[in-house]
Amino acid sequence: MTYCHNPGDGSPPAANTGELSAALIGQPNVGKSTIFNMLTGLNQHVGNWPGKTVEQKTGIYRQNGTSVNLVDLPGTYSLTANSEEERVARDYLIVGRPDVVVAIVNAASLERNLYLVAELLSLPQPLVLGLNMADVARQHGILVDTPALSASLGLPVVEVVATRNQGVRELMDEAVHLAANLDGWSPNRPTIRPEHGPVLAAVQALIHGLTPSAYPEDWVALKLLEGDSEITAMVRQSLPPDAWDRLHSMLMQHEDAYLDIAGGRYEWIGRIMRAAVTRRRSGAVSLTERLDKVATHPIGGLVALLAMFGLVFWVTYAIATPIASWLSSQVLGTLDTIAASLLAGAPSWLSGLVTGGLIHGVGTVFTFLPILIIFFAVLGILEDVGYLARGAYVMDRFMHLMGLHGKSFLPLFLGFGCNVPAVLGARIIEDRRARYLTILLAPLVPCTARLAVLAFLTPAFFPEQAALVSFSLVALNLLLLAAAGVLVNRLAFHGDHSAFIMELPLYHIPNPRTVGLYVWNNTVGFVRKAGSLILIASMAVWALSTLPGRGLNQSLLAGMGRALEPVGRSMGLSDWRMIVALLASFFAKENTIATLGILYGASATSGTLAQQVAIALTPASRLAYLVVLLLFIPCLATVATIRQETGSWRWVTASVLLLLVICLAAGVLVYQAGLAVS
Amino acid sequence: MIGQSGLSGDASALSTLPAGQHAIIDSLQGEHGFRSRVANLGFTTGATVTVVQNYGHGPMLVALRGTLVALGRAEAAHVLVRAGEPDSP
Repeated sequence: MTYCHNPGDGSPPAANTGELSAALIGQPNVGKSTIFNMLTGLNQHVGNWPGKTVEQKTGIYRQNGTSVNLVDLPGTYSLTANSEEERVARDYLIVGRPDVVVAIVNAASLERNLYLVAELLSLPQPLVLGLNMADVARQHGILVDTPALSASLGLPVVEVVATRNQGVRELMDEAVHLAANLDGWSPNRPTIRPEHGPVLAAVQALIHGLTPSAYPEDWVALKLLEGDSEITAMVRQSLPPDAWDRLHSMLMQHEDAYLDIAGGRYEWIGRIMRAAVTRRRSGAVSLTERLDKVATHPIGGLVALLAMFGLVFWVTYAIATPIASWLSSQVLGTLDTIAASLLAGAPSWLSGLVTGGLIHGVGTVFTFLPILIIFFAVLGILEDVGYLARGAYVMDRFMHLMGLHGKSFLPLFLGFGCNVPAVLGARIIEDRRARYLTILLAPLVPCTARLAVLAFLTPAFFPEQAALVSFSLVALNLLLLAAAGVLVNRLAFHGDHSAFIMELPLYHIPNPRTVGLYVWNNTVGFVRKAGSLILIASMAVWALSTLPGRGLNQSLLAGMGRALEPVGRSMGLSDWRMIVALLASFFAKENTIATLGILYGASATSGTLAQQVAIALTPASRLAYLVVLLLFIPCLATVATIRQETGSWRWVTASVLLLLVICLAAGVLVYQAGLAVS
Repeated sequence: MIGQSGLSGDASALSTLPAGQHAIIDSLQGEHGFRSRVANLGFTTGATVTVVQNYGHGPMLVALRGTLVALGRAEAAHVLVRAGEPDSP
């Protein structure tokens, strides 16, 4: 490929070994990922687009003896470069040149969904249409005549019910068939309004032979007229200065053409809708409308949201905690016994490293898996049901106080799972300022690992009011997040705010496979991280706690902890071991427990770990310790992600300092307040 | 129709309409990136929009082209509308 400027490397995915490449594309909330999951199952690879921060999903499956390399493009409303997702999707279509494109549309919101189809039809790639959720549409009185839709579009259209895996194979049969038989394929492509015909032709004449070869000239001309910033920049680099000047003044005269082009596409859609869709008045108020009466209400919605959080905590405590403690007592005990017998003749440092570092470190981390799995499952279900968008809507007014809008709520909510996806999830926010502020605030969201530490310690610290204390601590944490947001927005961004606009999908029954794969991909991601980073950190902590070999109390770690004891004392933490455990949480938040296990395990005589820690502390110090653990600086992985996403150490430093200040201040205040009360 | 809907013949901001009000989109304001985004979402001249929820503060909900769209107050103020009735079902 020879072109001078590549506007966002749209190179094809690495695993391009299939005989046929197909791209799945669709707007958000059309069931596209469900179809991708149905086809590829666990045979999929989740990574990132090269040089991009957008998630890339590829998978291979066999269709009637043909090996199909399937790419799940990010959900996108249009092919105009309004977001990174849209750029990735269109760059792949243009530069990656899949053999066939499979567009999924939601029958219940066909009019909006056909907009992307109209855009896809201005590209040369062969296209088939999967009409999903026709059953849902029927319930809303929307009847889609599939043969008529196919005839009016001039495209193969297959009705699918993605959640029940109906029609998916037939859809892909059509795709494979079309890719092999392109003769006679003549779709009904949308045309520009007659009054813009001459200027489009003039633009195309100006750029003729001068644009990167992968890009169809008529498409580039259309995007220029639409004012697409990325394509405009690309053409500006390719054109000689005088040609650019002429083009630029031409485009300036037709600055409002974008509205007519979008309007023209919707007129084209209108004609198709009239040919293929009939509406009946559905007498009953739909389920979505009834649920939304509560879910989008300014007060009711907030109550619903809090109830949802409460439910998540309750489920975690009720199901995950018993499993976790069973794992910790049974599995770790067994591993200890096995290691002891295997290493009977080994040097004492080796058996120390294995039992003290490996098993107690990593093993304890793995007992968090049930908690993580349940968290990801609940989050996956809420997302699949369509609730998260309602949460964003309800939260918009609050996010505004922080200079953010409802969309920032989604990544911050992801932060409850893990801060790393929260920082990554900030990509959905188009506005740079709001994105950076979201990234800065993300580490203030208590992640699963921190919540797990909380869930581990609180029942022993406050046996009578474990749930109440946890809930209050998380509420305090979120209040601090809001306060930090308001403050940073005032000081750094002068109180600006950015555009909030999002579609609320219809509610639907969650798909077990979609949720299952969501849980699987996230859990595997965590285990990979745990496998390397946390393993090293645990063994390092063990080594620090053993070296230079004069016992734990004389170790390097004890030295670090003792050096920081004056700081700790202001929060009632006079035991250096607790400070060490806090320091270890930088490597990974769940390390806190592993480290406490090593430090207290060494001097353990009886009782569970959390109870041993509790005995060493007054109630006020216990509370302060929980607060400090919740608010301590972001973990290593989060810091690395912040660096990757912002490309600047300044933001990393700002983020770490922000949390350090908040953490110390909150710890001291809570301890002093606790002393005053007791 | 005009008196009943509370909309004058002149264009007014979408954010000023009460829940249940139908209107027709007249034009878009604001910077190009914003206008392009909302136009792609179906906020084009002549499209019918129905206000679903508007409490006079905070974001609002509108029905447009068969879907429910949440819109920030400032964004809704950039969408100018005039009086109109929904398309017959």
